[in-house]
Amino acid sequence: MATIVSLPDQSTATLPKVNYINNEHGLLSWLLTADHKRIAMLYLFSITFFFFIGGFFAGMVRMELLTPAGDLMAADTYNKMFTMHGIVMIFLFLVPSVPATLGNFFIPIMIGAKDLAFPKINLLSWYLYMAGGIFVLTTLVLGGVDTGWTFTTPLSTHYLNTHVVTTATAIFIAGFSSIFTGLNFIVTVHRMRAPGMTWFRLPLFVWSNYAASVLMVLGTPVLAIAIVLVALERTVGIGVFDPAKGGDPLLFQHLFWFYSHPAVYIMILPGFGVISEVISTFSRKRVFGYTAVAFSSVAIAVFGFFVWAHHMFIMGVSNYSALVFSLLTMLVAVPSAIKIFNWAFTLQKGSITFETPMLYAFGFMGLFTIGGLTGVFLGSLGMDVHLTETYFIVAHFHFVMVGGMLMAFLAGVHFWWPKMTGRMYPEGISKVAAVVTFVGFILTFFPQFVVGYLGMPRRYAAYPPEFQVLNVLSTAGATVLGVGYMLPLFYLAWSLKYGEIAGNNPWQATGLEWQIQSPPLTENFLVTPIVDYEAYDYEWLEKKTERERQLQHVG
Amino acid sequence: MSIASTIPHPPEPEIHASHDVHEHPFYQKHHFETAEQQREAASFGMWLFLLTEIMFFGGLFFAYLLYRNWYYDAFVAASNSISLPLGLTNTVVLISSSFTMAMGVWAAEIRNKKYLQTALVATIVLGFIFLGIKTVEYKAKFDEHHVPGASFDIADFVHPPAGSHEKPLTVDMANHTQIYFSLYFAMTGVHAFHMIIGIAILFVLLYKARTGLYTTGYVQPIENFGLYWHFVDIVWIFLFPFLYLINRH
Repeated sequence: MATIVSLPDQSTATLPKVNYINNEHGLLSWLLTADHKRIAMLYLFSITFFFFIGGFFAGMVRMELLTPAGDLMAADTYNKMFTMHGIVMIFLFLVPSVPATLGNFFIPIMIGAKDLAFPKINLLSWYLYMAGGIFVLTTLVLGGVDTGWTFTTPLSTHYLNTHVVTTATAIFIAGFSSIFTGLNFIVTVHRMRAPGMTWFRLPLFVWSNYAASVLMVLGTPVLAIAIVLVALERTVGIGVFDPAKGGDPLLFQHLFWFYSHPAVYIMILPGFGVISEVISTFSRKRVFGYTAVAFSSVAIAVFGFFVWAHHMFIMGVSNYSALVFSLLTMLVAVPSAIKIFNWAFTLQKGSITFETPMLYAFGFMGLFTIGGLTGVFLGSLGMDVHLTETYFIVAHFHFVMVGGMLMAFLAGVHFWWPKMTGRMYPEGISKVAAVVTFVGFILTFFPQFVVGYLGMPRRYAAYPPEFQVLNVLSTAGATVLGVGYMLPLFYLAWSLKYGEIAGNNPWQATGLEWQIQSPPLTENFLVTPIVDYEAYDYEWLEKKTERERQLQHVG
Repeated sequence: MSIASTIPHPPEPEIHASHDVHEHPFYQKHHFETAEQQREAASFGMWLFLLTEIMFFGGLFFAYLLYRNWYYDAFVAASNSISLPLGLTNTVVLISSSFTMAMGVWAAEIRNKKYLQTALVATIVLGFIFLGIKTVEYKAKFDEHHVPGASFDIADFVHPPAGSHEKPLTVDMANHTQIYFSLYFAMTGVHAFHMIIGIAILFVLLYKARTGLYTTGYVQPIENFGLYWHFVDIVWIFLFPFLYLINRH
């Protein structure tokens, strides 16, 4: 049953005198903090920085592709541009995006804990992330790397003179940051839940981050060892992937994709969590089929480990294993569809309002569905042989990663902004930004499906003139998309000082994080909460609000 | 207890304003409700970390199994060229160090500082002996030009020295011994790297143990490090037969 809730009057809200932001001052109090909320903010600033660096490279790629001839930059430079775009966006933005910022901030609060289980390791994660980022920046200054983000051997080990080892070091270090974050989340969810916070009372955001953490913990070490072997092969000449010595380059791809396919779910699963929270809150209804949505996250995590070879259908894996991997790949569509259908049913008969996070969430549902369904195309063997290494695949994973994950990230940032900062973002312009992002996104990536289907290969600086119209559309869309991403940067910064005071629960949401002050205290809760209600129980919230109102009248 | 009366005063607890520190042991961090919860979290975290380590070594073991199946003869010949006595000695040394580490955990549990320090020192010494022997083995491989790369020499495998029982390999198969040595150096190297980190942590533990920090009920860091050390030991228990005992007669 949907409950109609009147949003609280914010004119009476005040900023709490003591909160996690102002209880200590100075740069050192941030750099040496063990508070998960402050670390989340550190992450938020740093991943935003790297997002715009990665965005710059994306812009350069689109500029080059405006004309058929490779005229803006040399082909080698172009290779570096798309490589740096991939590396920065994947390892320094998408993997840590939601878990390290929103997850870090809200998982402990959502389960009623004072902090993550290992606060110092949490800080260490951020420092490792920054060290990885600095190595990437060093690579940039030294002249970049052009292996593609996949480090394909023997290209990366034998044939390139660019800075492969520096980049490998960056990814190795950043990988440990992600391992420690995942480990921290898993232990926290297992051991730090407040009394009464059973597994099936956890918000779905926690479930999906938990599933992503399992992937981080099990997958990332395999990438780490693969990357170590590449670096050793390049520097001291061991030959595990070297055909001249009897090594098999395909083994590298198996190891690499054993991480890098689950990594796709590391990137998207936390986004699913955000969407569950947002959809439920703005339709004032419990998420339809809570258990199914929770278990579908786990199912995606499990299936995710058994589909990696679908990246290698044209690279010499045997027909029989290709068949099995194709089938398993299609299976992933089932839990993903469960989520989309359950969100749709959550909306049904809800009292829906269209605040900015909800607009982003709608964008997510549409774009992710397209991205996911084209994934089924690519999972089927025959289609894949035709479409792989074309722009179709580029469009597919950008629909999932950008249309899906980035939309979810922005939905989450807007949704929790009042809780993180104590102030509202400006609603009018942010709605414009959400719509601009959506339009820009469609314009950028939809033509790429067409141009890819027609046969334009990825990773070339030049292309036949008949593809130009579609590429111009795509580049124009990228410009619009760029504006869509710049807008939040400005108005969110503006709102830090001039935004309306938010109050504790501006959305009338049910999570524990909305029952405490905004911004929260350093210790989150003065008294450990005892949870005696189910997740997304809006009637419970209504009764609680009523009780508080009466208490105030008595007082 | 007579031992308890002789131990030095535990370090000052981290005092947190909103907490009544008297009801908690000094080592309990403020964000845990009980010391029990802290102990469980730390232990669970360590086991999870070891799981990531299994995945890390797992990539190497997977490569090993693959190539051992493909190039069995090369693996046998190369395996027979490394020193079994040294490998066996190192296995004994490492198992002994696991024993001393286990004694360290026991000493922390019975709150005996002197025993704990002795156990930690013994573990450090055994760790160094292991690394020393490993260095001797590596040196031999360098001298024989069995290190993969430009200077690698397959002569020993194509023309086994007179008097040895090795059967000669074809040039092609002999070339694949490089894969064995690649894995040998990668696996034992990564293992040795874990030992070096372990020894560094042992020094820190030893330094902190002098105040009695771990012998007044705060056993967790010693116990967790013990898990790590045993894990590194177990990896070697797999490496030894895989690398040294492929087809010995």
